[in-house]
Amino acid sequence: MARKPAHAPGETAGQPGLNDDIGEKMRLTMYRMQVEIRQSEQRAYDLFLQNLVKGTSHLSLGQEAVATGFAAAMKPGDLSFCTYRGHAHTLARGVPIERVLGELMQRDNGLMRGKGGSMHLTSVEHGVMGSYAIVGAHLPIACGAAWRAQYKGDKDVSVCFFGDGTTNIGAFHEALNFAAVWKLPVIFVCENNLYMEYTPIGEVTSVEHPAADRAASYGLERIVLDGQDADTIYRAARAAYDKARAGGGPSLIECMTYRYSGHSRADPAKYRPDGELDAWKKRDPIKIYRDRLIQFGIAENVIAGIETDVNRRVDEATEKCKAAPPPSLDLLTSDVYADGGWAWRN
Amino acid sequence: MAELTYRDAVTRGIAQEMARDPDVVFFGEDVAKAGGVFKTTVGLLEQFGPLRVRDPPISELAIMGAAMGAAMTGLKPIAEIMFSDFFAVCFDYIANEFGKSRYMSNGQLKCPLVVRTGNGAGSRFGAQHSQSVENWCMMIPGLKVVAPSTPRDVIGLLAAAVRDPDPVIFFEHKSLYATKGEVPDGEIVDQLGTAKIVRPGRDATILALAFMVPRALEAAEKLKAEHGLDCEVIDVRSLVPLDTQTILGSLARTHRLFTVEENPRLCGWGAEIVSIAADEAFYDLDGPPVRITTPHLPLPATDILEDMVLPTADRIVDRVRRSLSA
Repeated sequence: MARKPAHAPGETAGQPGLNDDIGEKMRLTMYRMQVEIRQSEQRAYDLFLQNLVKGTSHLSLGQEAVATGFAAAMKPGDLSFCTYRGHAHTLARGVPIERVLGELMQRDNGLMRGKGGSMHLTSVEHGVMGSYAIVGAHLPIACGAAWRAQYKGDKDVSVCFFGDGTTNIGAFHEALNFAAVWKLPVIFVCENNLYMEYTPIGEVTSVEHPAADRAASYGLERIVLDGQDADTIYRAARAAYDKARAGGGPSLIECMTYRYSGHSRADPAKYRPDGELDAWKKRDPIKIYRDRLIQFGIAENVIAGIETDVNRRVDEATEKCKAAPPPSLDLLTSDVYADGGWAWRN
Repeated sequence: MAELTYRDAVTRGIAQEMARDPDVVFFGEDVAKAGGVFKTTVGLLEQFGPLRVRDPPISELAIMGAAMGAAMTGLKPIAEIMFSDFFAVCFDYIANEFGKSRYMSNGQLKCPLVVRTGNGAGSRFGAQHSQSVENWCMMIPGLKVVAPSTPRDVIGLLAAAVRDPDPVIFFEHKSLYATKGEVPDGEIVDQLGTAKIVRPGRDATILALAFMVPRALEAAEKLKAEHGLDCEVIDVRSLVPLDTQTILGSLARTHRLFTVEENPRLCGWGAEIVSIAADEAFYDLDGPPVRITTPHLPLPATDILEDMVLPTADRIVDRVRRSLSA
């Protein structure tokens, strides 16, 4: 496939080799991943409207590039720690769509057979070490996983994703200091989507960039990225992982992004000023990346083929989930303790 | 066999497990270089080195979370929270994380960790450094909860806790650190979920935990000597798993039940056991079960007041004697 020597939007001109470091194969992978997240999240929303998604859900529509870039730069064995807004990060590690949608629909084919639900997606075999619904809780947990790597001489990194709201909770600050002092191979990724939940993050935070502007407090570099460009994310992720694997300690990376839907399924997001959503949609990560592929000479039919294929797979997953039974009732008391049961007395 | 303090038993218990398994690591505020504020961990840094015995900052959230992350991914961490009162600042891990990750993940995640902590009153530290909070942990599904009363049990139960695949909260009692007891040579490994009859008797069953065990024993001796009442004393040792069989078995012989609890009265551990007895052994009982507890009060600092609120041997004697003669 012919390549045009063009600089893609958002990239810095004049840095030789910058555009060639990712390569076509990885770019196609990242495009596919973003489309898969977009379509799966959209499907989750549609299923919610059909009353087939139970409980709550927190979508990452508009934030696909962050999950994709960080996951694409990971190696097998690297560990992801997610929040309740974790569908995207789970899919990005290669977890089948059916297992994710199945969990949202709380069916037996779900990742945790319905025992965890949307906010707790976990797939240890894919390196997804849990999605945590208590804001900030998983930052120290990621530190512990990184400590294990450091202690055992394992070369994996722990990558911890969280929102801008997390930067104002104590666990964020304890984890950052702890990781920096112990030089742990952990990457803290703040997805700044501008709203802590319903309230603009700027109204409740003493600095403009809630994560990056605090990095200096922990002796860390200030990093703010365009969160809508998967290539930018991918490069920064790779650099941070390399540094962590080399014993250089943690990184704190703030990605500017935007969620197209409300905080959770209950939130119509009416607090947003007129025009804000439309302005962000002009910088839609999938649109940006589609244009990027075309600039790099990838044929339209190849791109459309990816989109069609993902759509078919999301449809198939949906049908499988609709047909899946609810979990068996014996799950109720299983796996409370390591013996598989729940006995607290003899 | 050697005489050891409860304090030194903590050190020996940790050392026994660290020497056995290189995946056992230990960390907590001031535990490494300083040897612990209660001097329970002196020499561990020198013996096992700075990679395995570490001083974190005063960051209880980071300590608890890091212990969990390490446990999930292959280590067997022992974390120390200096005073159990501080559980309140990191309760998320106790209440929401440790005991729920396995269940929520449908068995994918594991959490084999031990949190050691200094629990209980008697040091005149006041309301925020003296509480008995074992009942805070007992009420949370997925945790195991242990509170030894003797040096030998410290070593044996700590070993059992470290080797256990579930998260274990290990309550050491601050007022027991200086007490002594006989400890056999060599490796000691006990079993979680086992109560121990520490004084057999026929007339009543007295359940006690940690610092209340020596007080219950002293009371039982006085009851025998002064009132001719022969009380069985059971050291409950493990709140979760709870050794209901030993407790109900005793009740079937003595027909009377007393609990001696340092935790404040409301929802103390004895309430659950009394409830079990009412459900399952009602017709074994010859009289109402009696709970002897710290009243539902914050703990005062001054000695004369602190001494008033904790169950004492005399209070136990008085309460048991009045109950049995009623």
